[in-house]
Amino acid sequence: MLITRRVEFSASHVCRSPELSAEENARIYGPAANPHGHGHNYVVEVTVEGSPDPVTGMVLDLKELKEILDRDVAGPYDHRFLNYEVPPFDRVVPTTENVARDIWQRLEARVSSGGRRLRAVRVHETPDLYVDYFGEQPCSA
Amino acid sequence: MFRVTRRYGFAASHRLDTPQLSAGENRRLYGKCNNPFGHGHNYVVEVSARGPIDPRTGRAVDVEALDDLVRRQVIEPFDHRNLNEDVNSFQGLPPTSENLLVEICRRLKRNWSSAFPGEWPRLEKVRIAETARNIFEMESHEIG
Repeated sequence: MLITRRVEFSASHVCRSPELSAEENARIYGPAANPHGHGHNYVVEVTVEGSPDPVTGMVLDLKELKEILDRDVAGPYDHRFLNYEVPPFDRVVPTTENVARDIWQRLEARVSSGGRRLRAVRVHETPDLYVDYFGEQPCSA
Repeated sequence: MFRVTRRYGFAASHRLDTPQLSAGENRRLYGKCNNPFGHGHNYVVEVSARGPIDPRTGRAVDVEALDDLVRRQVIEPFDHRNLNEDVNSFQGLPPTSENLLVEICRRLKRNWSSAFPGEWPRLEKVRIAETARNIFEMESHEIG
């Protein structure tokens, strides 16, 4: 079964790649490339897959998951400028996709154990745009 | 693998009525959705595309290209329209949310390569909420 816990953070970012020209950055990222950055109220949903433990009846103690999300997601991300304060975004463009992948990498080893595994990380940049990341498996046809 | 989902909205009116049933049967089947002058909804559409990340841009989907495709194929033809009267596909076909979902999915699939000429991203699924309580979803591969 799947269990999902939500965590929120507010952060600023700017989407510009040093490998692209100013015109390409403006064309690809639009206003998200404005040089001084802008911010979002991000909402993250973390989904863990597993079977309930026969003793506790839980896949993963949600208190524990809350502590992990507070420490490893809200802790480093909340009220920060991602590009300047949260590696790897000093060198990786903080698109919603890259934020989802970074959160996945921060959480995978913490929540996966035995038959339990991280299934998906969903990052809402706004209520109208969200990204799901399922790990590094190849895209099948 | 990434799935990028974008949410859109349009407001439209419709009336559920099929020429394959009698007036009495239509009334019984569709209830108040069969009221002769129709009624409307604020539809919410979610379009999901999947693909690998482009290492150059850090993105899996060009959201602006997706917005443009959905605007041309769905929002402009459906928003503030009467689906029965203004949309050709619903001449003789009742604009239930199921039929509307199939029509939206078909339009996006048919025109996908004009917005995304490469192998990726691909249209994965479309979800439509007729009201906050009635939600319909299908995967792109269900359309032949």
